[in-house]
Amino acid sequence: MSFDIELILDSIPKMLVGIGLTFELLFLSLALGTALGIFLLILRISGRWYLAAPTMVYIYIFRGTPILVQIFIIYYGLPQLEFVRDSIFWPILKEPFGCAIVALSLNTGAYLSEIFRGGVLGVDRGLTEAAAALGISVRQRFIYITSPIAIRLCLPAYSNDVVSLMKSTALASTITLLDMMGIARTIVAETYAPYEVFISVMVIYLVITWAIQRTFAWIEKRMSRHVRREA
Amino acid sequence: MSKADRQLMIELENVDKFFGSFQALKGVNLTVGKGEKVVVCGPSGSGKSTLIRCINRLEQHNNGKIVVNGHELTGAVKDIDAVRREVGMVFQSFNLFPHLTVIDNLMLAPKLVRKTPKAENRKKAMRLLERVKIPEQADKWPSQLSGGQQQRVAIARALCMNPEIILFDEPTSALDPEMISEVLDVMIDLAREGMTMICVSHEMGFARSVADNVVFMDEGEIVESGPPGTFFDNPKNDRTKLFLKQILSH
Repeated sequence: MSFDIELILDSIPKMLVGIGLTFELLFLSLALGTALGIFLLILRISGRWYLAAPTMVYIYIFRGTPILVQIFIIYYGLPQLEFVRDSIFWPILKEPFGCAIVALSLNTGAYLSEIFRGGVLGVDRGLTEAAAALGISVRQRFIYITSPIAIRLCLPAYSNDVVSLMKSTALASTITLLDMMGIARTIVAETYAPYEVFISVMVIYLVITWAIQRTFAWIEKRMSRHVRREA
Repeated sequence: MSKADRQLMIELENVDKFFGSFQALKGVNLTVGKGEKVVVCGPSGSGKSTLIRCINRLEQHNNGKIVVNGHELTGAVKDIDAVRREVGMVFQSFNLFPHLTVIDNLMLAPKLVRKTPKAENRKKAMRLLERVKIPEQADKWPSQLSGGQQQRVAIARALCMNPEIILFDEPTSALDPEMISEVLDVMIDLAREGMTMICVSHEMGFARSVADNVVFMDEGEIVESGPPGTFFDNPKNDRTKLFLKQILSH
């Protein structure tokens, strides 16, 4: 088969037009998902079953089903319901962009809350006891002792999740959005050259993944100054 | 000091503590007067740590009464915080906050609990680091210090809150042998200055020279207690004799 290098070089700039949308999907749903993850974490570790139990059901559903299905249900399913169309959420849910953000955020939030919980459980109990013994309140312990240590502990898992969320943004192209993947699919439809076009888009995704990983490696290094011994 | 003048700092009356069906403390009675030093010893699992952890309510007792410096320990959060402000604690595993420098470890509780100004907290923290003889380590991370140094920082951190009482939970058990004396020296200094102390420890030399009262626990009970002279030279209970023989024979 022939391999059209020129087509690759041609399509990369075209797809880069969609990189803005990819980043919007990534950063917006990462921010919302992180906030949701923290909220779910607090419910989960509240020690009250009526807060923890619904949270666990939520997490189970969103981690236990494919994100593509979640996107389709939100985009195709919800508008069928009249009360959704009448609700204040309709301006968001009637747009494919809004649906993609909602789906990606809800999904990431479920994963992140479990990652955060792992971090919190990883904090040595002796440290919170030492803080308690000093008269520091439960809330202050969570803010000044548990959180900073838990954040360091869950950073590697968090960065994995950011990469995985970045890749999930490509699914937005299935509900008509023209992110990088959406543009790639349009070019394929015009040129009938899936090989070259999808390889180009793959290269771009790889570069973004690399950038995310480098960024987190740098943050991790900065945040673990306290465990590096200067011998 | 005559008996009548003895101002009680800690009173335990018939204290029981259960972990599930396991009874860790069985009707423990103990009083500690102001300025007194009590050393608690006994085999592992005998309830020594549980006893002192009940005093600042890291564990909640199930029956009986605990009064610390006039505050009875009940479920009320306000009382617990009041007690914890007055009772310092030093742990076997140091428990320094790993993400804070040494000086920040000392300054955190005064900032959050006493809400005193930063400059004042810093001055006080430096003074305490000098007292435990490591002012030059102020800006290091805990992980850069030796075990003995970390434990001295932990003692200074407890002192930052101006406690009336300090509880020591096996403070030298996790240390390499050559570092034990530097920590004990700091504790002896504190004792001389009149601090009220309860110390779970197997350092019998320390107990002999510092304690007003040595308490031996076994299976959740106080089996025997008395001034170190009587306790070491003339133990009455067979379990005490056996324990002392085992611990002093090596």
